[in-house]
Amino acid sequence: MEYLKVEHLNKKFGDLEVIKDISISVEQGEVVSIIGPSGSGKSTVLRCITMLEKINGGSLYILGEKVCADDKDAGKVVYSDKEKLKKIKKNFGLVFQQFHLFPHFTVLRNVTEAMIHVAGIPKEQAEKEAKEVLSKLGLAEKYDAYPYQLSGGQQQRVSIARALALKPKILFFDEPTSALDPELTVEVLKVIKDLAKQKMTMIIVTHEMEFARQLSDRIIFMEKGVIRQQGTPEELFENPDERVKEFIGKLTM
Amino acid sequence: MNFTVMLAQLAGGMVKSVEIFVLTLLFSLPLGLVIAFGRMTKNGLICNITKIYISIMRGTPLMLQLIVVYFAPYYVFGMRIGSAYRFIAVILAFSLNYAAYFAEIYRSGIQSMPVGQYEAAYILGFSKTQTFTRIIMPQVIKRILPPVTNETITLVKDTSLAFALAEVEMFTTAKQIAAKETTIMPLMVAGVFYFIFNYIVAWTMEYFEKRLDYYR
Repeated sequence: MEYLKVEHLNKKFGDLEVIKDISISVEQGEVVSIIGPSGSGKSTVLRCITMLEKINGGSLYILGEKVCADDKDAGKVVYSDKEKLKKIKKNFGLVFQQFHLFPHFTVLRNVTEAMIHVAGIPKEQAEKEAKEVLSKLGLAEKYDAYPYQLSGGQQQRVSIARALALKPKILFFDEPTSALDPELTVEVLKVIKDLAKQKMTMIIVTHEMEFARQLSDRIIFMEKGVIRQQGTPEELFENPDERVKEFIGKLTM
Repeated sequence: MNFTVMLAQLAGGMVKSVEIFVLTLLFSLPLGLVIAFGRMTKNGLICNITKIYISIMRGTPLMLQLIVVYFAPYYVFGMRIGSAYRFIAVILAFSLNYAAYFAEIYRSGIQSMPVGQYEAAYILGFSKTQTFTRIIMPQVIKRILPPVTNETITLVKDTSLAFALAEVEMFTTAKQIAAKETTIMPLMVAGVFYFIFNYIVAWTMEYFEKRLDYYR
């Protein structure tokens, strides 16, 4: 089943067109990485899909449900009504580069707060489930810690647990390791790898080339707001187009 | 007049000062939040009205505001002003004035919150109200406690302005005794009273700050 469909996405900040006519399709269980130089619009694409930004053109479907689409009569993109968007939003989670944990809550409450007050899970059950997710991510000792007491890698794992606890069908990652040192990066990447093994549908914006290569079913290379090349890791790394070659080549220098 | 009598009279005035202090906080703290929302709304009209309100409240003397609030019913509506209204006018003027200052403190706190907190809450599905009450406000309170303490301490000293409406609080009492007995002693004692009052206020606020010290 097609979990995500993006068609002819267009995004402007004022007069500046940052995303130009991008189409992406992701099937259930697929892991898709989006790579490319800074300022290429990778994160913006993710923010558009997760409804943190409104798009200026194109259409967007999540699990077959319409988030928004071009309306020829209105001459602009029309979003589905609030209730529908709310329902659609329950199907995905997003992990941020800067974690964005809630500093005034313990690790456990960071995870349970939305389970209880958004998903309506009873407190005891929510805590039980949250503890399971956290311990799977190696955070069993940290239920009562506050985010400031954790390392960056631990914080990012809590934020992954927070997203997973709501049982999303799609998980988006916005440069999940860019704020971490190499050691901590490894511990977060391991978690994402495990999720891939469990066939979690994931779209990952990343600078970790080797990781994207190992993990992804498909890699999308973006530059200047357009998709320059996309394909399986083999296609992209073995037959890169000129610009992609240049980008990857710089890494292996 | 002996020292004990003077102390007793000042303590009597002190009760009035404390009343003004407590009632003003009671009304101005929540009212400030309403004004802060008005100031931050996208509705241009409401935003501009609150902006003008805040600039008048901050830009004119509190003493003048006391007088305006006291005489407004007579000059604007032709109503007779009873003596019972005097204390109400004091509380009203103080509350309206302090709410403007608190509103700006709230606004600074709310706007200093990183946008990531809102985005994380949005993605997790929290409603706007939930996001504000569960995620944003608890953190804002921690951030604004120091400036709120400042304002609260100023309020303790500002209560002496109630004399403008002949409301006999502590400093007015002190001045009356000072004039009658031709000594500045009562004024000095009043100073000590204010200092102790504010010491308690500062200590209490510090207690709250410590209570919120469990996270960074």
